[in-house]
Amino acid sequence: MNIYVLMKRTFDTEEKITISGGQINEDGAEFIINPYDEYAIEEAIQVRDENGGEVVVISVGNEETEKQLRTALAMGADKAVLINTEDDLDYGDQFTTAKILSEYLKDKEADLIIAGNVAIDGGSGQVGPRVAELLNIPYVTTITKLDIAGSNVTVVRDVEGDSEVIETSLPLLVTAQQGLNEPRYPSLPGIMKAKKKPLDELELDDLDLDEDDVEAKTKTIEIYLPPKKEAGKVLEGELSDQVKELVNLLHNEAKVV
Amino acid sequence: MTRKVLVLGEVRDGSLRNVSFEAIAAAKTTAEGGEVVGVLIGNSVNALSGELIQFGADRVVTIEDEKLKQYTPDGYSQAIMAVIDAEKPEGLIFGHTALGKDLAPKIAAKLDSGLISDVTALEVAGGNLVFTRPIYSGKAFEKKIVTDGLIFATIRPNNISPLEKDESRTGEVSSLSVDIKDLRTIIKEVVRKASEGVDLSEAKVIVAGGRGVKSEEGFTPLQELAKVLNGAVGASRGACDADYCDYSLQIGQTGKVVTPDLYIACGISGAIQHLAGMSNSKVIVAINKDPEANIFKVADYGIVGDLFEVVPILTEEFRKLLVNA
Repeated sequence: MNIYVLMKRTFDTEEKITISGGQINEDGAEFIINPYDEYAIEEAIQVRDENGGEVVVISVGNEETEKQLRTALAMGADKAVLINTEDDLDYGDQFTTAKILSEYLKDKEADLIIAGNVAIDGGSGQVGPRVAELLNIPYVTTITKLDIAGSNVTVVRDVEGDSEVIETSLPLLVTAQQGLNEPRYPSLPGIMKAKKKPLDELELDDLDLDEDDVEAKTKTIEIYLPPKKEAGKVLEGELSDQVKELVNLLHNEAKVV
Repeated sequence: MTRKVLVLGEVRDGSLRNVSFEAIAAAKTTAEGGEVVGVLIGNSVNALSGELIQFGADRVVTIEDEKLKQYTPDGYSQAIMAVIDAEKPEGLIFGHTALGKDLAPKIAAKLDSGLISDVTALEVAGGNLVFTRPIYSGKAFEKKIVTDGLIFATIRPNNISPLEKDESRTGEVSSLSVDIKDLRTIIKEVVRKASEGVDLSEAKVIVAGGRGVKSEEGFTPLQELAKVLNGAVGASRGACDADYCDYSLQIGQTGKVVTPDLYIACGISGAIQHLAGMSNSKVIVAINKDPEANIFKVADYGIVGDLFEVVPILTEEFRKLLVNA
């Protein structure tokens, strides 16, 4: 089975966000595999171990992304592909990323493509469904369970807390929701092996794309931090009085109840 | 520049969701004086057209088909594309709901268009339509514009005020017949989970529990409080990881990002990842035994105490208040 995982390198969730020169300040920040993409990688490895085949992890990014791709290889993926847009693109949006990924994937005869349902930085959740549409294959987003029997697939999808049981077939793209699995940590032998696994680097040229083909349709004109929240009022006195005061404040001062 | 803007009205359990009315308000801004056309898709939706018009749509196009009874990306995209072919809009607004998140990128890819997701505000500024959206789960915000082609956005529930309902408003309702075929994903079953009633992303009030809730049963007083306030129950990652509740309740950088009017955090310490998911709520109440807990730094009101003592009294006081109201 040809299994592909779409991966993004993101800020560590522990990081505080600061802005310098109108951009998110990346100096000294820790980067990780987008947490939802970790579920995708884990699921891909499990599907391969059960059904045979190969897991290829792809990322659109820059040189730094190699580190996260090596981590994916250390978890157990077989190959990694970095599509490095650093020299070609100043700015891309989800149209850009999906176009690049689908150009790469179009002749790969992927049976299963797994992505995270959203990246925790940009938070748009568009790339998975866009890629499926560009490849003209079905997709199911925010899945919490995946069962494959031959080319028939049963998926459980999280829909705002309810679950849908969906039947579909390969080739298929799914996006991972929390609860799908428990991503493994790379083992020491895994890390050693990963160093020798293939990590190919491509640029737009290699995909017969030029900058105009993938030019963003949207543009960010400003980035800012939300106003800092002032610490509020910690109530005092007898517990029952505190609760009465709280109800009164919420009703009469904040007017939210 | 005036634009014709389509708004997808979203139906759940036979009624229009609030976010659809908010989307009409967003579409009005996007239209800059142009026409706002509501779109309703389903097996029996015609009767809801009037309400879209009362909330500001100029007219409504409906597509009814048994195959559209449940949302599927293939079915709904065929329906929406038929309306787009017929109407040739310059703008599209969907809710940033499970349906909108799933469907909008597919439509954007079909149209080779941009898409600005999860919009919390929009305005016309300097001759541009400027969309504001959270990034890094609300740790920062960005302002975006469309530079090429269709204006397409999904809007986050609870952030853009709907227009006032005007029951005297009327408008044309037309139906479009579409041959819905080749559905590649089939919904076999929908399992409704315990999260009965109010959905987290649309809830005006959220009562959330953390590790301090201690067990699955520990959520019971929180559920009672949420019920009295007509709110929803949420949780921190700590509570989900400890199996006190389902992951679908998780609020934070992984999990849902919420912006209710009132967020009551019970036994939640306030890890940075959790704060990212809720700190833009309008009013935050923290109940925690530990006076040093991080959550108090973002709370408007705090009670230092045991949630199992505080929450039941709070429920009772709200019950009294709301009975008298």
